[in-house]
Amino acid sequence: MSAAPGRIRALFLGDPQAGRVVPPSGFTAHLTLFASGAMAFLAVFALALSLASGRLADRWADELAKSATLRITAPAGQRAAQTDAALEILRQTPGVASARALSAEEQAALLAPWLGADIPMDDLPVPQLIEVIEGEPGYDGAGLRLRLGAEVPGAVLDDHTRWRRPLVEAANSLRRLGWVSIALIAGAMAAMITLAANAALAANAQVIEVLRLVGARDRYIAGAFIRRFTLRALIGAGVGVALGMIGVALLPEASEEGGFLTGLGFRGVGWLWVLLVPVLGAAVAFAATWRAATRRLKELT
Amino acid sequence: MIELDNVAYSYGGGELLSDVSVRLTPGSFHFLTGPSGAGKTTLLKLVYGALMPTAGSVRAFGADLRGLDRDQTALLRRKIGVVHQDCRFLDHLPVAENIALPLTVSGRDLAAESANLGELMAWVGLRERADALPPELSGGERQRAALARAVIMSPELIVADEPTGNVDWEMSQRLLQLLVELNRMGKTVLIASHDLALIRAAKNHVQARVLRISNRRLQLAGADL
Ligand SMILES: Nc1ncnc2c1ncn2[C@@H]1O[C@H](COP(=O)(O)OP(=O)(O)OP(=O)(O)O)[C@@H](O)[C@H]1O
Ligand SMILES: [Mg+2]
Repeated sequence: MSAAPGRIRALFLGDPQAGRVVPPSGFTAHLTLFASGAMAFLAVFALALSLASGRLADRWADELAKSATLRITAPAGQRAAQTDAALEILRQTPGVASARALSAEEQAALLAPWLGADIPMDDLPVPQLIEVIEGEPGYDGAGLRLRLGAEVPGAVLDDHTRWRRPLVEAANSLRRLGWVSIALIAGAMAAMITLAANAALAANAQVIEVLRLVGARDRYIAGAFIRRFTLRALIGAGVGVALGMIGVALLPEASEEGGFLTGLGFRGVGWLWVLLVPVLGAAVAFAATWRAATRRLKELT
Repeated sequence: MIELDNVAYSYGGGELLSDVSVRLTPGSFHFLTGPSGAGKTTLLKLVYGALMPTAGSVRAFGADLRGLDRDQTALLRRKIGVVHQDCRFLDHLPVAENIALPLTVSGRDLAAESANLGELMAWVGLRERADALPPELSGGERQRAALARAVIMSPELIVADEPTGNVDWEMSQRLLQLLVELNRMGKTVLIASHDLALIRAAKNHVQARVLRISNRRLQLAGADL
């Protein structure tokens, strides 16, 4: 077992002469280059999709966890009393980490984008907002609502969860879908390279026979094919990734209005993932050719 | 060196060879003869492990060939130089690289062996043709290239299947001379040939035993040759 990395290294580096003993084979070379290029191109987009929906899911989940809002709509005279009552209830509710009534300035700041900066807040029937931070585990929303309904008639609990949770789930499944696509792409690439390798092995049956006759080991013969296909896959995938990255770069910049669709680019560590695509392609080609060659060689004397 | 014990072989139909027992001792020189289709090539393949006997056993260099795995078979072939009846070459590589192929596949340093290779090519008279591709060679050149490839690893045993198959008398004498020289250097030689005139001529130069396949059996041919 301990010899395996060395053996793989030898298989990949081998001796340069071994490359010459197998004649260059036209169409399998092109097939491999094209297939790995196309697959890498697709993988870049699947990866971009997966990473972007992951970011989205994380952000939404974060916001979700952060807060719910309690809105108290009551006549001016009762507002303070109801606010205090609601705060008291929240303090007693298990699963609520903290609750805080927003100050008049904070409320004004929230409204400023809509109504302008210098609105006379006191003249407006603006409800009092209470920010509720959920603990771990969360509170029982229905129970809280029942209690508020009985004791604080003007209170409405708006816990965002209602409409955002499905969105987070959608984003999460989109992320999973991206990874599944990458796995499928790798599988399809393995299948195509297996076909190409088998075609090359069959086309070179005579060569392989001569090599066996003069004392070549299976490892040597397989190595010549493996090196060739791995290298081609690496080159093809490299070109595919470069084109895919250009494609992603041409997408519009991330923006608030565009939301999800414009956030498809790679950020930070995302770029490292992209660079892994050609490596993954080469690894797939290595494994596929290895399997095809070992199988094929066993059938020959 | 090579021991066949009660070997039988069949390609699936009736038995082609039955009850074949023979020993090749180190330094010996054997001819194997018999009519076309008698099974000469088959018997040679049994000797170098390309075929496994359907009965009996073949031992080479002390090991039973049946017990060898694929890697060990490859290693065995480096110890036996084979001239194939149809001289298989890699047609996309020049003659010199074809002759050096056994060195290449066994991972030898070609640069270190280049003097050796040059000498060997001169010995078989192919120095001028080093860069030619195999399909460009004449029949005799192919046979000499095949012989050179068979001996480049300095094997102890040389097995040649019709090495003079498609060459004229003069060239066949030259090829035979090369094999006799190898035998004088101590190599064990086994040649399959249906060319009785060649065998008779060889007997003037070398102490050779002649084995003949007839009626599926292997016999030692006597003075009737
Ligand atoms: N792979 C094979 N499958 C089936 N039959 C075979 C195979 N190889 C050879 N034979 C048959 O076995 C018989 C012996 O063949 P072999 O090549 O050993 O004869 P040979 O003595 O070398 O003949 P020649 O002098 O023509 O070279 C022939 O009848 C041939 O048709
Ligand atoms: Mg024959």
